[in-house]
Amino acid sequence: MIQCKTSKEIGGMGHSMRRKEDARFIQGKGQYVDDIKLPEMLYMDIVRSPFAYAKITNINIEKAMALPGVLAVITGKDLEQYNLHWMPTLMSDTQMVLPVDTVMYQSQEVAAVIATERYIAADAVELVEVEYEPMQPVMDPYKAMEADAPVLRIDKEGKTDNHIWHWEAGDKEATDRIFDDAEVKVKEQMHIPRIHVASIETCGCVANYDKVNNHLTMYMTTQAPHAIRTVIALVAGHVGLTEEKVRVISPDIGGGFGGKVPVYPGYVIAIAASFLIGKPVKWIEDRSENLQADSFARDYHITAEMAGTKDGKILATRFKLLCDHGYTDAAANPSKFPTGLFSICTGSYDYGHSYAEADAVYTNKPPGGVAYRCSFRVTEAVHAIERITDCYAQEINKDPAQLRFDNFINKDQFPYKSALGWEYDSGDYHQGLQKAMEVVGYDDLRKEQAEKRARGELMGIGISTFTEIVGAGPSREFDILGIKMFDSAEIRVHPTGKAIARFGTKSQGQGHETTYAQIVAEELGIPAEHIQVEEGDTDTAPYGLGTYASRSTPTAGAAAAIASRKLREKAKKIAAYLLEVSEEDLEWEPGKFFVKGAPDKAKTIQEIVFAAYTNHPQGMEAGFEATHYYDPPNLTFPSGAYICVVDIDKETGEVKVRRFVAIDDCGHIINPMIVQGQVHGGLTQGLAPALYEELIYDEEGNILNGTFMDYLVPTAVESPSWETGHTVTPSPHHPIGAKGVGESPTVGAPPAIVNAVVDALSHLGVTHMEIPITAPKVWKILKEKGAL
Amino acid sequence: MGVPISVTVNGQHRESEVDSRTLLVQFIREELRLTGTHVGCDTSSCGACTIIMDGKAVKSCTVLAASANGSDITTIEGLAQNGELHPLQEGFKEEHGLQCGFCTPGMIMTAVQLLEDNPQPSEAEIRHGLEGNYCRCTGYHNIVKAIYHASRKYKEVSHG
Ligand code: FES
Ligand code: FES
Repeated sequence: MIQCKTSKEIGGMGHSMRRKEDARFIQGKGQYVDDIKLPEMLYMDIVRSPFAYAKITNINIEKAMALPGVLAVITGKDLEQYNLHWMPTLMSDTQMVLPVDTVMYQSQEVAAVIATERYIAADAVELVEVEYEPMQPVMDPYKAMEADAPVLRIDKEGKTDNHIWHWEAGDKEATDRIFDDAEVKVKEQMHIPRIHVASIETCGCVANYDKVNNHLTMYMTTQAPHAIRTVIALVAGHVGLTEEKVRVISPDIGGGFGGKVPVYPGYVIAIAASFLIGKPVKWIEDRSENLQADSFARDYHITAEMAGTKDGKILATRFKLLCDHGYTDAAANPSKFPTGLFSICTGSYDYGHSYAEADAVYTNKPPGGVAYRCSFRVTEAVHAIERITDCYAQEINKDPAQLRFDNFINKDQFPYKSALGWEYDSGDYHQGLQKAMEVVGYDDLRKEQAEKRARGELMGIGISTFTEIVGAGPSREFDILGIKMFDSAEIRVHPTGKAIARFGTKSQGQGHETTYAQIVAEELGIPAEHIQVEEGDTDTAPYGLGTYASRSTPTAGAAAAIASRKLREKAKKIAAYLLEVSEEDLEWEPGKFFVKGAPDKAKTIQEIVFAAYTNHPQGMEAGFEATHYYDPPNLTFPSGAYICVVDIDKETGEVKVRRFVAIDDCGHIINPMIVQGQVHGGLTQGLAPALYEELIYDEEGNILNGTFMDYLVPTAVESPSWETGHTVTPSPHHPIGAKGVGESPTVGAPPAIVNAVVDALSHLGVTHMEIPITAPKVWKILKEKGAL
Repeated sequence: MGVPISVTVNGQHRESEVDSRTLLVQFIREELRLTGTHVGCDTSSCGACTIIMDGKAVKSCTVLAASANGSDITTIEGLAQNGELHPLQEGFKEEHGLQCGFCTPGMIMTAVQLLEDNPQPSEAEIRHGLEGNYCRCTGYHNIVKAIYHASRKYKEVSHG
């Protein structure tokens, strides 16, 4: 249950406070990167490769340079002079900024044009003449692993194959033994296809290098401005851009979803151009460039296996992955986790053995993949476990809900050590599924399904009961390029009792300006309305690793609570001084300290803060400010129980989601309205890959759906009306008991939908469907099975 | 060669000279500096650029500025009147119909026409009316509610 300890006026945790940021967005006053226009600003546009794999034999820039308004055409050879033609990826691989002699995927950057106007830059792109010698690309990751496959990364000395890395977790031998002896074994091959975050705002920047002061201001669409500043300093320190000379500003961001974590070549070229020319340079990618060249996610080929008893006790799981990263591993995972947090794949179930292994491979596709609204590969993990659990239920002919109840980790088993080593903090999985089944009316639906089946109609019910792992993360294991994954809050309360709070994270629509204010309001009793939240400017905000992987509430949210508590300690001292009592005699209620047993002898937080500037005890530091860098002791483990009901049109094969009930458990809730909104959005981003989205390439490496005309983002018509609810199992180690929620629905929805479709077709002998489950795919199966 | 155009934008008369190929959205954003109208695609798919032109919601990335000559345009910046939010702006805030806000101006402008044509739409009618507008954040659920919210306001107003 959500309980509010604060009044509506204060607006602390649990209040569905309307968002503070909305005033500007609904009136067209948001400030996104493309809205920035600086004096003398130039525009950059990019020449891209039509081939997936080719040698560049010549680039002729003459005609482009002759066009009035064109200032420069930058090629890889130009950048090579400054040693800026390659850059490191977050996974310690290397990525071309601009190629010197070879392109590795279709739409790769080949050269950049700088001009006085956007349209002139676009014209000049057409005038740059590039001669290519096309080669046969390697598109299939399995073929890329074969011994005679051409080696793609010949830039890497001594490289003799396309293998990137191998990863494994768990006890292989013990797991194999269980499988050898198990009564029941199920195995399924699944592909989690390459998809795209497709935030409605694309990526872009304005790089503004000031020659006189040797200072760079970089406005960019980044979810992690501080990390970017450090990366810029590390890469360009040798040309004078040391860290104090770099300011990164992340303005309003039109959706990120992990796609705005990596450093794309366009940003680097814009910086180089501004540095060389001495004027601000704007680069905004268009939608097709965005879909074709960056922010791809997933692309894991998974073999999942489960071993169990005849009556439905799970004993072990095994997972084998082939991870297609394109031509370089440009994922954005914590350094020590090449497969991200895939090892959450043991799921919500209590069993002792699991083994997972992965191999990553280079192909001629765009580099990645980003953690698209997902705590680093949790989507892939949840898909695998929730699908294979259903395969097992189907194999032994047991109701998938009952099978889950029989195998859930019990609420009194927490903290629970999973077979792959994670310590789950808390959960109540039985309660969640129970609630979802009640809301959806599970038993009645099963009856309806039986009746429909008898009439030849296709209807299915699918369940997914997932456990997430978010809030990266504890510094002993989690870092990005060596920087530990803590996050921060700095709170300054002004003399009149109003505050400004700054954070190392960066909202891209999550509503931080409201929720962080609510956390501070909860802890200090200052009305949320009077707490201004700021993020995204590295000159003012404290250092932090940014917003992705549902980490903002678990890390910066915790920092906000602890910084507030530091201030409350100070407030107590001041109150004791003002009331002339000892601190032990004071009691706190949101907004004031009062003397125990004499509630009218009280000082409000506003009076106390005023005294901190006007009448503070001798010997005490004046002012009312606190900063905290929060290093989480563990990750948090949100969970959910989702039930999806689908109807399938036999004539067309079209799958219609009739109902979708999502019961989430993200611990204590800061703002129920915002949490619910996050769940709606995430569910729709789960529906998308389940039924519609996939980036498709042909054998020549051409992308077949690289525009919004053919990459099918669901609209309001495809999206159902979502039914949401929650259970509350607080995280025991988090200061406010919160867990993070943004990604649960994206992770939990796809297997629920697939399980529903397979359930609808199970009587025909269907055990698995690959996503996206498009109408033609279903129709084909119906035809094969003679069910039309 | 520049083409002279004269338009009324949010009640203000504006004269300018544009390149014959300049898109209306470019003119609105760069020339008039009304940056509430956004660009989300290059294929007329997303609707982030939707404005009201002569009473109709149009995708301003699909109209040449030159062909807008003589027209009366309303953008998101012109929707609030005398400091009072439009019922749709109110509805989006009240029902949490936005997250990142990037699609929001286009959504609201599309909804202006939707309610104009059909002041009391059903859920299905609202969803169909939004077919040309993408949102990646909200899952549309609360956008539908926001428009419904505004439609009730319209009703109150028209029934005095
Ligand atoms: S920008 Fe006009 S429809 Fe996408
Ligand atoms: S609110 Fe972000 S795209 Fe709609």
